Amino acid sequence: MNVEQAEPLQVPPREEPKRALSRRAVLQSVAALGAGASLGGLGAAPQLVALVKGLDRVAPATPRSGPAAGMNATRRWVMVIDLRRCDGCGKCTKACQATHYLEPDQTWLKVYKLKSSAGTEYFMPRLCMHCEDAPCLRVCPVGATFKNAGGVVLVDQDKCIGCRLCMSACPYEARYFNWIEPTKRPPLAVLPTPEFPAPQRKGTVGKCTFCVHSTSHGELPSCVESCPMEAIYIGDLDADVATNGPQTVRLSTFLRDNHATRYKEELNTGPRVYYIAGHGEDAER
Amino acid sequence: MSTPTAPVPSEALEAAAFRPMLRPGRWFWPLFGLLGATVLAAVGAFAYQYAEGLWVAGYSDQAFFGIYEANLVAFIGVSYGGAVVSAVLRLTHARWGAPLSRMAEAMAVVALIVGGAFAIVHLGRPERVWTIFTSPNFSSPIVWDFMAITTYLLATSLFLYLPLIPDLARARDRLARRGVRHRIYAALALRWHDLPDQRSRLSWAVTVLAILVIPLAVSVHSVLAYTFSMTTRPGWHSTIFGPYFVVGALYSGVGLVILVVAAFRRAYRLEAFIQPRHLLNLAWMMVALGLVYLYLTFSETLTAAYTATRDELPVIAALLEGPFAPAFWTFLVTGVLAPIALVALPSRRRVGVLVLAAALAVVGMWLKRLLITLPSATLPLIDEAAPWGSPVFTWVPILITLGATAAIPLGLMILFRFVPVIAIDECEQAGEEPTLTPAVRRAVPEGVAG
Repeated sequence: MNVEQAEPLQVPPREEPKRALSRRAVLQSVAALGAGASLGGLGAAPQLVALVKGLDRVAPATPRSGPAAGMNATRRWVMVIDLRRCDGCGKCTKACQATHYLEPDQTWLKVYKLKSSAGTEYFMPRLCMHCEDAPCLRVCPVGATFKNAGGVVLVDQDKCIGCRLCMSACPYEARYFNWIEPTKRPPLAVLPTPEFPAPQRKGTVGKCTFCVHSTSHGELPSCVESCPMEAIYIGDLDADVATNGPQTVRLSTFLRDNHATRYKEELNTGPRVYYIAGHGEDAER
Repeated sequence: MSTPTAPVPSEALEAAAFRPMLRPGRWFWPLFGLLGATVLAAVGAFAYQYAEGLWVAGYSDQAFFGIYEANLVAFIGVSYGGAVVSAVLRLTHARWGAPLSRMAEAMAVVALIVGGAFAIVHLGRPERVWTIFTSPNFSSPIVWDFMAITTYLLATSLFLYLPLIPDLARARDRLARRGVRHRIYAALALRWHDLPDQRSRLSWAVTVLAILVIPLAVSVHSVLAYTFSMTTRPGWHSTIFGPYFVVGALYSGVGLVILVVAAFRRAYRLEAFIQPRHLLNLAWMMVALGLVYLYLTFSETLTAAYTATRDELPVIAALLEGPFAPAFWTFLVTGVLAPIALVALPSRRRVGVLVLAAALAVVGMWLKRLLITLPSATLPLIDEAAPWGSPVFTWVPILITLGATAAIPLGLMILFRFVPVIAIDECEQAGEEPTLTPAVRRAVPEGVAG
């Protein structure tokens, strides 16, 4: 999966999603405004700004060190979904549910049948977008949702209190709650971890993990592996490669040449899932 | 004890306020049993839900918020009304408010405890709720909620307790001269002997609290609104939500103050001290707030409906002409327009009409909270043609909601067994002279006011 990294290709920037104004800078101004307006002469404004500065302390777990760290460098995982190939067979969903011991209605990877503005039907597999600036992570009251070193958004079901604010914050309907005591469990009794949360825990939320339990030792996520159309790619922004199994591509060129887009880009969440539209699909919406 | 300026009225007032603490009346225990049984049934329903999981409350991934979240907003909202009514009346030196302040402040505390309970009832893992305090993520609106609610609970409790001190001293001196009750009252009265120094300190402390409680209450309800508006969901992501929730809370809260005051006025025969004009004054406050709420509702609906973007249109259409339309228009007509009309029409200002108006406002605002919660929580975000999520109102949330509703009168009934339902001392200070009607004379039991 690793390719030569000698010449720096057009790797997408390490920074958070490209935008002129960062959310944090704007929030700081808002906090200053609020502090100035409400606390006025109390001199509390600096403290409040400091508080807001700390608001995102849990968010950027992505290391800033650059790719110089060698072969053991952390990944920046992404997925690319080629909508031109997807025929909506749903094998990815089934494989995902089998891998993670999910209930039938827990579709961490859900294939939507959508209609484009031109009137044609197409299929759009949706998994967790593992957003760079994840709204779910921001609203979690106890920090049960977090990002691992590879930028994958995970849920610690030992911490989750089941408030469901993350479900409300997620613009992609990617989170699924355990309303019942899970009926499916792995044959071997292992303790669930955020990386492999099986069995699911009643009263907590679950979602796609990008199969970090597989990718961490070089195996493909179950959706990538199971797709007969080879429409799903897993890749690494740093190594600039992606693969759907049989085929390995240079990620940056692949994205550029195919005009890949991200879903609901206007929300500034910085999704880590790219879509390649071909036949009039409204991937970007 | 200071010598009351108007001995006879003051004694009548004291007697009327102490009477429920001694002999609450024939209906007390049956009603206590009924309300208590409802609350116990609700506790049982919660235990069942805890054992079974949240599916028993009718939730699903396409309807992940529902009745509990609406209750959380509605019950904490009415609490806000009680506290702010009392605080505003104190700060404006509106002396007519003195006989109402105790009930308003007590209602604020009881409703807040009941409403706060829904913050726990709605959790998938209620046993982990304490981790919000031990490992908080300060960027989460839920953490803001818990900080605001606990601070506000402390403030409203103090706001109930401090003005109570002179009355507790009176209970210590006049109601229970020995025994356990005497010792409890003595401890709680903090050696109050009505010294000028004590009185000036108390008055200062109550004023400071009255000033504090208003921004605190605003913060609690703004933050509750932020729990919804800090998401990108159509219908929730609205800049107006903070003030919109605050005004809605005040509107329904004043409504509940009217209901509480009218109920205890009738039940404890306080007609001489709380006159129809008191209720009418409260009703005018309610009407003013109702008009503001109407305006905000109009403003919000028009803004979303006019541009009718692809995101916002489904929610606004569902409310105005879709599946939620019957409930929405019912809310608008019976929950806002009717209460305003009932109070504003001059010939109708009887107590019964005011109570009806207040009841319509309180129930209508509960419905509105459901209309805020449900559409945005059930709307499909990706496949616009997909069916909306369908929340199911099972017996569990219905029973828990009934129990919470019963808990407010129950809590107040219990509280007024131990503390005077009317702030005796404050009424004396305010110089409210009750008119001694024959009914009041009959209400004065012998041997109490002596």
